[in-house]
Amino acid sequence: MLKIKEYVKAESLEEAYKLNQKKSSCVLGGMIWLKMGNRNVGTAIDLSGLGLDEIEETKEEFRIGCMVSLHSLEIHKGLEQYTNGAMRESLRHIVGVQFRNCATVGGSIYGRYGFSDVLTMFLAMDSYVELYKGGVLSMEEFAARKRDRDILVRIIIKKKTNQTVYLSQRNTKTDFPVITCAIGMEEKQMRLVVGARPGRAMVIHKQFEKEEERRELLVNPEEFAKKSAEEIPVGGNMRASAEYRSHLIYVLVKRAILALGGNTDEN
Amino acid sequence: MKYVNKAVRKKDAMSLVTGQPVYTDDLAPKDCLVVKLLRSPHAHALIEEIKTDTAMKVPGMVCILTYKDVPQDRFTMAGQTYPEFSPYDRLILDRRVRFVGDAVAIVAGETEAAVDKALKMIKVKYQVLEAVLDFHEAKDNPVLIHPEDNWESRFPVGADNKRNLCASAEEGMGDLEAAFAKCKYIVDKTYHTKANQQAMMETFRSYTYLDHYGRLNIVSSTQVPFHARRILGRALGIGASKVRVIKPRIGGGFGAKQTLVTEIYPAIVTIKTGRTAKLVYSRYESQICSSPRHEMEVKVRVGADESGTILAVDMFTLSNTGAFGEHGPTTVALSGHKSIALYRNTEAYRFAYDVVYTNKMAAGAYRGYGATQGIFAMESAVNELAEMLHMDPVVLREKNMIHEGDKYIAYDGSPTVTSCTLDQCMEKAKEMIGWDEKYPRREMPNGKVRGVGVAMAMQGSSIAHVDVGGATLKLNEDASYTLSLGATDMGTGCDTVLSQMAADILGTDYDNIVVFGVDTDISPYDSGSYASSTTYITGKAVAKAGEKLREKIVQMGAQMLEAERDDVTFDGKVVCRKDGQGSVTLQEIGIKGTCGNNDALQVTESCSAEISPPPFMVGMAEVEVDRETGSVEVIDYVAVVDCGTPVNPNLARVQTEGGIAQGIGMALHEDIQYTAKGQMQNNSFMQYKIPTRLDVGKIRVEFQPSYEKSHPFGAKSIGEIVIDTPCPAIAAAVYNATGVRVEEMPIKPEKIAMGILNKY
Amino acid sequence: MKIKFSLNGKMVQEEIAPDLLLLDLLRQKGCYSVKRGCETANCGLCTVLMNKKPVLSCSVLAARADGQQIVTLEGMQEEAKEFGGFLADEGGEQCGFCNPGFIMNVFAMMEELQDPTEEEILEYLSGNLCRCSGFMSQTRSILKYLEYKKEQNKEA
Repeated sequence: MLKIKEYVKAESLEEAYKLNQKKSSCVLGGMIWLKMGNRNVGTAIDLSGLGLDEIEETKEEFRIGCMVSLHSLEIHKGLEQYTNGAMRESLRHIVGVQFRNCATVGGSIYGRYGFSDVLTMFLAMDSYVELYKGGVLSMEEFAARKRDRDILVRIIIKKKTNQTVYLSQRNTKTDFPVITCAIGMEEKQMRLVVGARPGRAMVIHKQFEKEEERRELLVNPEEFAKKSAEEIPVGGNMRASAEYRSHLIYVLVKRAILALGGNTDEN
Repeated sequence: MKYVNKAVRKKDAMSLVTGQPVYTDDLAPKDCLVVKLLRSPHAHALIEEIKTDTAMKVPGMVCILTYKDVPQDRFTMAGQTYPEFSPYDRLILDRRVRFVGDAVAIVAGETEAAVDKALKMIKVKYQVLEAVLDFHEAKDNPVLIHPEDNWESRFPVGADNKRNLCASAEEGMGDLEAAFAKCKYIVDKTYHTKANQQAMMETFRSYTYLDHYGRLNIVSSTQVPFHARRILGRALGIGASKVRVIKPRIGGGFGAKQTLVTEIYPAIVTIKTGRTAKLVYSRYESQICSSPRHEMEVKVRVGADESGTILAVDMFTLSNTGAFGEHGPTTVALSGHKSIALYRNTEAYRFAYDVVYTNKMAAGAYRGYGATQGIFAMESAVNELAEMLHMDPVVLREKNMIHEGDKYIAYDGSPTVTSCTLDQCMEKAKEMIGWDEKYPRREMPNGKVRGVGVAMAMQGSSIAHVDVGGATLKLNEDASYTLSLGATDMGTGCDTVLSQMAADILGTDYDNIVVFGVDTDISPYDSGSYASSTTYITGKAVAKAGEKLREKIVQMGAQMLEAERDDVTFDGKVVCRKDGQGSVTLQEIGIKGTCGNNDALQVTESCSAEISPPPFMVGMAEVEVDRETGSVEVIDYVAVVDCGTPVNPNLARVQTEGGIAQGIGMALHEDIQYTAKGQMQNNSFMQYKIPTRLDVGKIRVEFQPSYEKSHPFGAKSIGEIVIDTPCPAIAAAVYNATGVRVEEMPIKPEKIAMGILNKY
Repeated sequence: MKIKFSLNGKMVQEEIAPDLLLLDLLRQKGCYSVKRGCETANCGLCTVLMNKKPVLSCSVLAARADGQQIVTLEGMQEEAKEFGGFLADEGGEQCGFCNPGFIMNVFAMMEELQDPTEEEILEYLSGNLCRCSGFMSQTRSILKYLEYKKEQNKEA
């Protein structure tokens, strides 16, 4: 059972940061994962009084406060439009509305969970994490980092990606994913993200020298999908074997690319 | 019939939908001791040393009990009629622990925090023993799960603790090999189902206290209050008369609560301390140390001649009862009795089984009770046989299915088929799903493929010559009736259904029946709600009591009118002299019952049955499969049920829909996985995926009632049969769609996708 | 620590431990409709409204209720009777243990979605498990209730 000695509703990020330098401290997100563990928390730091539960949209970017709930992300019109519904698709299978009202985007990203739909989705976009002390760094860099005692303040999505698509395979409709797959397409490059391998999501960058190359991929994705399946390391767990996961990578990468090309033959 | 066969609201509906505090934990006093159990981390071990003194020093700790503190007579926690078929193989706490999660110590304290702290401070030294985890290797394994001398099996069920056998038997009819010799087509397959969890929303829980007479009172979420009283009286060494069991509303049971999973632990704390004590299982505990379905492997050989007449069945069931034998000897029998009996032309059959002990969680009773496992095997084999014969599986069944008037083969609940519309169920189901257009598969424009599959099922209605239904009916002074029951409504609505019957027998309004259950001090004896018994056997008791009470009312009315019994009539409201010279109202009779009366206007009746008439049903599934990912969607599930007269069509329908959804979970999602060390991994709703409303598709239910003459309203049961068809019907639909046969439940997408990959 | 919040329309003050969960506080306060069905945020039995949004009270610290509005089924008795009648008329309440959380989420859905389709209803409520009913009767009751509310609004 989770034990908490002291609860502090932070009045500033500076206060939160200072409190969080102690090993026994913990910043609260949506509490879903934290609550399931057996941690002994000295000081629980609540950021919910800092106005970080807003999504701001400008011409260039989305700025998403760390306390924004997954459900708010899911129903945000601007994000839905910008991602062609991929944002919603990446979230709607996560347990249920009440769960997604509790879980926060900051908590989901900070945790860098292997099974994370959210991380997979964000990695496919030109997105960044703003840390209180560490400043702004790319999502990919953040995902690769070890956890430290900095505070994740917000997430920034630069509106550079032209097209995104999100697919996942699950054993039941609202279970953890067996494989997640997202693609963000820009003019000259593509980000393929595969998560729930079951390890942490990884990004494969593909550059396009020429536009024809891109177009060719959109029509004939099989080879690339096959290569991805061969190259992306996978493992087995309770939900699926490594072999099946590799097969799914092939299927989902192929479908995701076809979906980008306007062919909507996906599940 | 004014109320029977009518969809009235459940008696307790409004208190449930408004969230009233009517369940065990809502009723428990706030100051009761919190009881938790220390559990074994090992699958098989002996406790060498257990130190509780430091743990007891935690402020707020009240008692810690170990194997040294409990009575040494073995008992069973199976809620069955005495003498139980299940072996006496348990102590409240034992020095030998037999599965990961087995109870090691009972810890009680003033607060949960204190108990949690103390649990961590108990020091146990284990001598870890070799464990038997594979149930194929259990029989005659040198490692014995129950080597103890006071292990006892009270029934000749073929049990032998020196061979890890909880039961073993063989039965049959005719010359098996001669019958197989006539068969041109023979299917020989093995089917495997796992130890699924009932996963009712309310986990196991009980609280206990001593009343003003010093008797042990137990408030528990149980399906078997009377068995609980008897078993606990014995296990605690105080006798049943010192025990009273009260059942409040129950948050679902499905058989799980036909085993005394929690009661004994707070009970012994109350006995030892005199304090009120409460134990509420976490979901984790409900998953890892409770009373799930028996894992079974059913090997079945079925043969048919060239024309498709099924002539021979040879079935062997290996059942895994886990660490203890609750319901072990009985569940296994149903795997054969309720599957082989679906077919009428069988010339010879053999049905044999072994039920083995292993170092896994003990199994118990789960809706379907072995029939589910056997029917999955039998119906899957018959589907395969149809393919061999190049025959539509519906046609093959029509040729061979049982009919009203037939003699049962392999069924022990009745010599003949007293009521059955299975043929009409099949016809209607076929029509509903559009079988002829859809069988076997259709390619869909979205690139997916759809397949259909069929299965039949039967169950029983109570255990003949064993189960006892009980009802007390009394007339009150305001002309209302009180119906007291010992049967346990667990949400299914038996309080309502039985009130409907009482209202019709007494010719009164449904709202005029006050229903009460269950308190073993007040309620009439009833075996409890299990074995599909309540509507049938308790229904019979209600009718019997109602008729007798009616007669008493008539007699008292006649007396008040100074007339002979036969010179008056009673229409449910008024007793009238036939000559028109006066009448008395029911209320006047009720008042008379309380003033100068020598004959109680109250009747208690018990009822047992000569036969257990099976309900029948046909299930048809249409699934859509994504051949690349292996994902399966149940598009449509059609069920046509013959449960005799549906006493409350709404409740019968919801039983069916619920049972099918549970069956869909078993067929597609609910996996049980153990680590090599014997830890059950599906220990939460995060890892044990019961279906959500997005996973069940569309379930459509119709009734095709026969009339069962042995019941006053022609009713049979419905509680269990409804879970029996999804496994075989969905497996067949998946096969018809993809060509992949899955013989081990659940049919996860991986099995289909990899099956297709490996095939083509 | 001290918290002050609105519970079913009434302000309450409470001295709580920092790790007390909202679910346990609510039951302590007599809101017994709030049930615990799992420890892993999967079942939806503990659903309550926090500032009109459905949340899992098993995963919310009571401390976080400070200054907020919490509503449980105890605070929506009239609505519960109204919708509950539709559920009962289908026989869909069954054991009743999942009912309060489910019904709270139905109300949350009606607040959030305009004229939801059956598909949207199923998706919105997918975090509410029920082991008795097989869900069909729940869906029937919701569709009938929505229709009834629509008629009612037309008349008004």
